[in-house]
Amino acid sequence: MDEGLRSELQKQGIFVVTLEQLYNWGRKNSVWPLSFGLACCAIEMIAASMARWDLARFGAEVFRPSPRQADLMIVAGTVTKKMAPQVVRLYNQMPEPKYVIAMGACAISGGPFKQGYNVLKGIDRYIPVDVHIPGCPPRPEALIHAFMTLQKKIDEQKLTGPDRARHCDPNEPSEFPVPQFGEHDLVPPSNPSVWKPAVVARG
Amino acid sequence: METLEQIKACAEAAVPGARLDIIPNDSPSGQRSLLVDNAHAFAVATILRDDPQLRLDYCSNVTGVDWPEAELTEKVKVKKVVDGVEKEVEEVKKTKRAGYLEAVYHFYSMALKHGPVILRLRTVNRTDQVHLPSLTPLWRGAEFQEREIFDLYGIVFDGHPDLRRILMWDEFKDFPMRKDYVEPDDYEYEPTPHDDVLEKAKSHRTAEVKT
Repeated sequence: MDEGLRSELQKQGIFVVTLEQLYNWGRKNSVWPLSFGLACCAIEMIAASMARWDLARFGAEVFRPSPRQADLMIVAGTVTKKMAPQVVRLYNQMPEPKYVIAMGACAISGGPFKQGYNVLKGIDRYIPVDVHIPGCPPRPEALIHAFMTLQKKIDEQKLTGPDRARHCDPNEPSEFPVPQFGEHDLVPPSNPSVWKPAVVARG
Repeated sequence: METLEQIKACAEAAVPGARLDIIPNDSPSGQRSLLVDNAHAFAVATILRDDPQLRLDYCSNVTGVDWPEAELTEKVKVKKVVDGVEKEVEEVKKTKRAGYLEAVYHFYSMALKHGPVILRLRTVNRTDQVHLPSLTPLWRGAEFQEREIFDLYGIVFDGHPDLRRILMWDEFKDFPMRKDYVEPDDYEYEPTPHDDVLEKAKSHRTAEVKT
């Protein structure tokens, strides 16, 4: 539909939208995060949800204590190898459509603990991450920015067609294998269908 | 009771057969410690806690130390006859030290305001004879720290009420704080490697990227 015509109609109090726009508009403004924190980043996440930064302005004030009622998992903090299976299990228990924000240096790469034998080098090795936020810890503004980025992403999702959203494609998995505790490391150390090491070009 | 020698004499008098050694420390702190044999360690520790002049009622810290097998070099002056003349010649003497694991306890007295007294317990080797008596029955605060040593160094504390891994998972087989521990190789993606990480990341580089 022509943008100008739509704008003119809106001035007359007539709103013409597609079902996709309405659906995405509703979803992006009521994202319920899982109340779940792993380390110091969680403190910043809590600060973002409280009065000063007030994540409620973006429709995300309802932190759900159960994964069954949550749409968004904010992985806030260091994921140790002992904790990683539980994080993946929580993600599997969330209903579709679901999103993940990896918050902070640890959650995206292992951060300052990267060389430790006990730290997972990024949660994106096991579950698909929608938005990565660097920082140690990221300020609440950074989390809000990540949140707005996610809203933009939700808004642009297609419900039909070949490039439709992951949750609309029956062939895309909604659950991912939970890593097992091995004798020396997690088994497998990463999920190759989710994560492949990026090729670093060196001159 | 002020010096370590006095404490040593006191413990040896109270526990017949106990063998204590004073371990020197040539670092700037100069903090010496007591090494006790495993058979009498529990009795000696009981004396340290209950003796009215010591009353070491607070176990502030327990930690492990890994001493791998090592070749020690020592310079010794030896008199030798060189070309008919007796001379003092420096020779390098090499001795092999067998590896062992150590548990180190730091005790203070809250009642008498003194400390620390440092107690060391040594295992026989690093492989199959890694048992030490647990001091948790005497100082309850040592419980989690002994579990941590069990987890990360592999010392088995006999008499511990609940000896399980505390940081790593139960299926884990290695002891990460030992010097010969090899960590899992997950350095596939290193955008800015340097030093040790650079060496590890190099093995993951693909041929076409290696320019």
